[in-house]
Amino acid sequence: MFQVIGERINTSRKKVQAAVVARDVKYIQEDVRSQQEAGAHFIDVNGGARIGHEQEDMQWLLETIAPVVTVPICLDSPDPTILEMAYTLVKEQPMVNSISLEKERFEVMMPFLKGKKCKIVALCMDDSGMPGSSTDILNRAEQLVTALVGIGMKLDDIYLDPLIQPISTDSGKGTMVLDAVRQIKKQFPEVHITGGLSNISYGLPERKIINRTFVTLMMAAGMDSAIIDPLDEKIMATIKTADMLNGKDIFCMNYLKGVRTGVIKS
Amino acid sequence: MVDLKEITQTLLELDEPKMLQLINKALESGTPADEILNDGLIAGMDIVGQKMENGDMFIPEVLMAAQAMSKGVEVIKHLLADDASSSKGTVVIGTVQGDLHDIGKNLVAMMMESAGLTVHNVGVDVSPDKFIELIKETNANILCLSALLTTTMPMMKQTIDALSESGLRAQVKVMVGGAPVTQEFANVIGADAFAPDAGSAAKRAKELVH
Repeated sequence: MFQVIGERINTSRKKVQAAVVARDVKYIQEDVRSQQEAGAHFIDVNGGARIGHEQEDMQWLLETIAPVVTVPICLDSPDPTILEMAYTLVKEQPMVNSISLEKERFEVMMPFLKGKKCKIVALCMDDSGMPGSSTDILNRAEQLVTALVGIGMKLDDIYLDPLIQPISTDSGKGTMVLDAVRQIKKQFPEVHITGGLSNISYGLPERKIINRTFVTLMMAAGMDSAIIDPLDEKIMATIKTADMLNGKDIFCMNYLKGVRTGVIKS
Repeated sequence: MVDLKEITQTLLELDEPKMLQLINKALESGTPADEILNDGLIAGMDIVGQKMENGDMFIPEVLMAAQAMSKGVEVIKHLLADDASSSKGTVVIGTVQGDLHDIGKNLVAMMMESAGLTVHNVGVDVSPDKFIELIKETNANILCLSALLTTTMPMMKQTIDALSESGLRAQVKVMVGGAPVTQEFANVIGADAFAPDAGSAAKRAKELVH
């Protein structure tokens, strides 16, 4: 089944930042509840937008969320000292977002991950920048999987992010990432594919229709997770329907349940 | 005579073949190359920038316009005086150290080039020292800094501080941009200007040096 990582608890979103500054417990808890009700499998928590306040904001967010959260948390920070602190504040095995092949991040994240029980988002990014071809993405995916398996991580705990790039700047960016995902899934069927879906539509109007259409193409290629807003009802309905068409919904139960609860409409 | 507004119009319509025809016709009828550049092509790209800022034109259309513009410039290049375009300002543009994003920054560079500025696009992950070296080398009067991550935004301040220490701050206007960057942040770190998109960035840059 497709796994939704709910992206809303992020201090780069204005309302969340205001709630964090005001220490508004109710707002944050309500948001987490509504994401869970909408079907989020993970709640991403990113407290990095207020420069110089990440430590306190992350800690406050995690303590605030703890009483209401019923799904695993996705700890989102580039800073291992923040992650180390955050890791001690979660009860259930978290997802960690993220590691990449960029030397500075890779070298501090590997010792952090070693021996820990968690899921990991692995970005196909290295010091030369964004990947330029599907082969590029595949090579980076191989390096990441090899390294992570090498320190004892299970394939099922690895969530590769192939880095979706804007189609507006190069009309080949869609097929590039689709090809890469097919190749990665062929080589590592147990590894998950996730990512920030909305990058595809950057610079174009009516972005949501692009995002919804693209997620179905990506799901056919093998993407089985995404970092999205679970309160976007249309994309959630599209994902549930595509999951069924992909053979992931036995007896179409989730689809029918979605229709009966009013979540899925034609 | 060819009305240069027609060249501008064909550029806006993204009709490259017709635009090139009109440029050749204008040259044949004796229109000076620098007039074709300034009143036809650059005037057109200024409107493209404006339309982009207003959400009336989108990135793929802007890219097509810029491509048409550069094809047009190729036709008239050999007829342009060497200093025809250097008078509008010289820009060093790059993504700050620790940040590898370049899509937005490249768009800004392209729009500035199309607006008639001399642009040195120096890439991503550029250290403060490297920026200073490049400003000296190119004698630039505008420095554009891009950052796409909240974690690399502080590097913009460090770059500006390094510029002050090097004694070059007075000769260079500094512009900042990137998804998490705001006007407020630009004020706090002592930048001269902020632009929210590539269209307005080119316009702001020209205002800064005039």
